[in-house]
Amino acid sequence: MTDRAWRPAGALAFLVVLAVFPQVFTNATVSTIAVDTLIFAAAAVAWNIFSGYTGYISLGHAVFFGAGAYTVGIAARAWHTNGDAVFVLLVPAAAVAGGLAVPLGLIALRVRRHTFVVITIAFFFIAQLTATNLSVTGGSSGILAPSPNWEAATFNDPFYYVALGLLVLVTAGSWLIRRSRFGLQLRAIRDDEDRAAGLGVRTMPVKLTAFVISAVVTGVAGGLWFFFIGQAIPQFAFDPLFDLSVVVMAFFGGLGTISGPVLGALVIEPAQQWLTLQYSNEYLSEILLGALFLLVIIGLPRGVIPTAAELVAKFRARRQAVPGAAAGDMAAGAAAGAADGDADGEEARAAREAAREAGR
Amino acid sequence: MTAILRADGVSKAFGGVQALRDCTLEVEQGSITGLIGPNGSGKTTLFNTMTGYERVDAGDVWLGDRKITNLSPQRVFALGMGRTFQLTRIFPRLTVMENMLVAAQHAGSGRARNPLARAGGRADRRRAAELLEFAGIARHADALADTLSYGQRKLLELSYVLVAAPAIVLLDEPAGGVNPSLIHHLSDRIRELNAAGTTFLIVEHNMDFVMGLCAQVTVLDYGTVVASGPPQIIRTDPRVLDAYLGVTEEENEEPGEHPAGAPGGGPAGEPGQEPEEDHDVPGR
Repeated sequence: MTDRAWRPAGALAFLVVLAVFPQVFTNATVSTIAVDTLIFAAAAVAWNIFSGYTGYISLGHAVFFGAGAYTVGIAARAWHTNGDAVFVLLVPAAAVAGGLAVPLGLIALRVRRHTFVVITIAFFFIAQLTATNLSVTGGSSGILAPSPNWEAATFNDPFYYVALGLLVLVTAGSWLIRRSRFGLQLRAIRDDEDRAAGLGVRTMPVKLTAFVISAVVTGVAGGLWFFFIGQAIPQFAFDPLFDLSVVVMAFFGGLGTISGPVLGALVIEPAQQWLTLQYSNEYLSEILLGALFLLVIIGLPRGVIPTAAELVAKFRARRQAVPGAAAGDMAAGAAAGAADGDADGEEARAAREAAREAGR
Repeated sequence: MTAILRADGVSKAFGGVQALRDCTLEVEQGSITGLIGPNGSGKTTLFNTMTGYERVDAGDVWLGDRKITNLSPQRVFALGMGRTFQLTRIFPRLTVMENMLVAAQHAGSGRARNPLARAGGRADRRRAAELLEFAGIARHADALADTLSYGQRKLLELSYVLVAAPAIVLLDEPAGGVNPSLIHHLSDRIRELNAAGTTFLIVEHNMDFVMGLCAQVTVLDYGTVVASGPPQIIRTDPRVLDAYLGVTEEENEEPGEHPAGAPGGGPAGEPGQEPEEDHDVPGR
């Protein structure tokens, strides 16, 4: 059975595990961490759709996260929304984040690399300062979320399943985009933007579309997070640690892959939350997050998923190369070798290709 | 004799350096035209200005009867002019096939309107596969472009430019750094494509390659066209020898060539505009 055939089955099994998780682990602390993790996983996948595919590293996605949070807060206050209906406000949260991404993208996407990163950081500070100084956002004391009177034992469940739905949608979107024409254009831009333009790729609209899609999902994640946490104040709704976390998650799992950011979030977010609870010290997890980032950049620059996939492929290629394989295989191998006059090279190439396939 | 591509009095300066000075060049429809000149004579700059990668300071560029001066590279490509780069530019982290499809989507069929459709429809993939077969790199279709050798990258770049079926292709040093048997393969491919109707303009330092392939050769020096004509005349033009070929020509000279070549010694194909002597006035 090939990798390809296993993958949908694996994804489905994983989904089933996530779906029954809150039924099995009913402890409030565990389910709180689980909701938080799913929200961050969705945000990391969204970030990866833009930054992972185009290579434009954004450190300003907290702008959209915070915008989503405040949108839900302001709308709920203005329209006296509570209970399940608050989830409907994720729609305006998406719209505001997406609407904000258009002008910001038009400005920032004119420049590349370091300059782009610096501009996104500037956006971040502008957003945080704005939220601190406006009266509609409640200034430095922020804004409170409506508190639904759900049953205590299953209080986290609605949040959990909405977050899971968001994660499933954005991951499916990420997969769809990656294999599409649009995704190919994004990845061509990552490799050589000018060359892509020279081959007819309309780079600005393509980059901007990815930026807006990414912002919309991040805004929804922010709105959900706000409703879950219960309040938004400027330094937490627009949190530099949000950007750092999302970036580390994507890098850890594998930048530009589909499953990488999900894996990164599943490992890093619970660890962070657990450390904070265990030692009741927020800074410890921040220091460790920084240290982990360094380790990933130095030791696994391509991330866990691509590196692991390559190791597996190498291992398989070596096993296949060992004599004693079925006669049919040997004949095929000999034929391939004869055709190329270079069996080793062919084998290495097959390994690389398998690795690339698996890395998706 | 219709010109498919015409640079008309193009000038371009980078700071104090006048890279192109009132440069006029015509590429005839269906021809393989060579563009030669010493290093720094402005060949690549001329390519860049004609394909939209640099803006001209003065002058115009025409593709057929359409003015394409200062259009974006993407517009120029859409209008049917493709190019390769001196330092080959492929997409290293895409597979060879994906590299082909980046350009193919432009040639797009109706489904090209749906951006979420899977990259590369059946027709695009078939055409891409044919071109890879033609270039001789089909068996690497699923490998990352990163893993190709230097010569294979050159072939890939040529192939993906061809995917969009451009009317004219500009090649910047296609034979540079490529081994002799591959050069042979390359010139055969260019000849076949030309026979099928594609026009070529080629910058190249390998004289055997240029002289063997091109019906017309234009010579640049200090950003100005100093001569233009069939290879056998270019070989003997004193200004060309002075600017560029001098040493090469002495080595390659064949006795029978002079009388047959150019009775008047005149540069037959000199573009009408202005015969420039100012190549001894340094532009820098």
